[in-house]
Amino acid sequence: MLNSAALGLVVLLSAVEAATNERVNYDYYKYHSMPEISKWMTQIAQNYSDVVTIMDYGQTYEKRKISLLKIGLSTGERKKAIWMDCGIHAREWIAPAFCQYFVRQILQTYRTDPKMEEMMKKMDFYVTPVLNVDGYIYSWKDNITRLWRKNRSPGPPGCNCEGTDLNRNFDANWGTLGVSSDCCSNTYCGSERVSEPEAQAVAEFVGSRKDDILCFLTIHSYSQLLLIPYGNPNFIAPNHDELMEVGLAAAEAIKAVHGKIYRVGTSPAVLYPNSGSSRDWARMQGIPFAYTFELRDNGTFGFQLPEDQIQPTCEEAYRGALHIVNYVHDKTFKGTVAGAVATAAAALWTVLLAAGVTGASM
Amino acid sequence: MATGELNANHYPAQRAAKVVQHYLNTLHGSPYRVIGLNRVHSGYAEDVADSGRKYNLEISVQDFISNKTEKCTAEVLFPMGEQQRPPQVQASLEELPKTNTKAEEEALFKKYKTNQSLLLANLPDSYGHIDPDMEPFWHLGTVASSFIMLNESTENTLYNMAQVANITQLKTENDQLKFDYHVLLHEMISQEIIHWKLLFTWSPPEGVKVLQMEQLPNSHHYETPQNKN
Repeated sequence: MLNSAALGLVVLLSAVEAATNERVNYDYYKYHSMPEISKWMTQIAQNYSDVVTIMDYGQTYEKRKISLLKIGLSTGERKKAIWMDCGIHAREWIAPAFCQYFVRQILQTYRTDPKMEEMMKKMDFYVTPVLNVDGYIYSWKDNITRLWRKNRSPGPPGCNCEGTDLNRNFDANWGTLGVSSDCCSNTYCGSERVSEPEAQAVAEFVGSRKDDILCFLTIHSYSQLLLIPYGNPNFIAPNHDELMEVGLAAAEAIKAVHGKIYRVGTSPAVLYPNSGSSRDWARMQGIPFAYTFELRDNGTFGFQLPEDQIQPTCEEAYRGALHIVNYVHDKTFKGTVAGAVATAAAALWTVLLAAGVTGASM
Repeated sequence: MATGELNANHYPAQRAAKVVQHYLNTLHGSPYRVIGLNRVHSGYAEDVADSGRKYNLEISVQDFISNKTEKCTAEVLFPMGEQQRPPQVQASLEELPKTNTKAEEEALFKKYKTNQSLLLANLPDSYGHIDPDMEPFWHLGTVASSFIMLNESTENTLYNMAQVANITQLKTENDQLKFDYHVLLHEMISQEIIHWKLLFTWSPPEGVKVLQMEQLPNSHHYETPQNKN
């Protein structure tokens, strides 16, 4: 009886091992259509069901689901979180590719890398591989639609064109700088702030969790930049210096991988002024670390980045994102500043309690 | 606009440097030589009375076919005035123009001189792919587009060629190859895609000579209600 039980146990353990070692068979270095990405999300959630769940958090104009992968070790407690979204602009195909790579990386490394395991325990990662689903699908149609940027909602009455620039539609100094009121323009900011269902989905999900979200990363292409708030040159974030410092260190981490230079700064400084961006909105909600990543390249291929550059681009961007995530984690949970304050406070309480117990006068 | 010593990482110097890239391609570009902006090292801007704004730049450029880099000192003058006029650039390269592209250029020229019926579309394709045999025509597209991009540039634009939509080779009796190109340019600040038609000639000794440039109606005009899926 002991033998068969032991045998049963061995069989059971092998089965468990097989399921958890099974990797999703997917080529992360090719561009994938929306149906392929949706299928991949389902497989990831199935194959890593102990740490991954799919959350549908909105609907596009054309009534498609907007979904994210929530990744983290369940602790039963309320957790802090990192937000990452890709593909807010349809033509920036390297961005969704990066989100998928990022998910693969953290799932692959957390079992063997204690630092990543620690982060998965302490934080949840909310990753949206494709935010502008309608636009992304449209950009797969032909070589002209390939360069579509906006979503696919209809223009206002009397307008012959479709689409709102989702990254000008957020409630952050909306409709002021770097936008057009011409509904045919690629920077048309919408009929009103957060008029677009895709922007509403992000605003609701992130807004209801803003006290828990430590870091908001939004991924774009192209120009090789790390952008910090705000899009208006007259608004400086209170932690501007820290955002710059962490951004510059992230850019160094990026450069160390394949030598590519990513410039760091506010949008109006290094690129152009703008308003209504998701990054600015996130910062204004109080999320302390908000960055826009503009991935490769610098204009040689632009939006149509060759597939043989997906791997190096993802590798370098991963190092950059990881640097920021590590910093945010360490600051929150290991707290150089916070830790010192806590230690000092503990010491003070000890003294006060001791004084109270002995009745000694202070 | 910023004046005096410029931050090399910030947009004013970066936009002016991109203009230098376009200028250098009009001079030195070929099916086997395309210049790209590598880095801006330093910049200085000043207003020139009755003229416009002048930028002095120290940049590095790279021939992305040979991968050679070269430092370059350049001057860009954006003329003032209501009407946009092309910026004036002074810049020269010593090393990059010397890369030996003669053999390849002559082989390409000979091949298409005898067969004058080339017809291509979509370089690169949606996946960023270009057939190795077609790369020289993509390079030619970038070079020819540089004439447009140079002409159209201001302190408030940043142009790159996004795609060659269509190429038609036209017959010639003289010692040139002649092409009709439909190109899509990406203007960064407006984020617009602008369609242009280009008629130009090329030969190894003469380089690229643009005969006609015409901006096409905005792409929205290509969209009909039937395009909605």
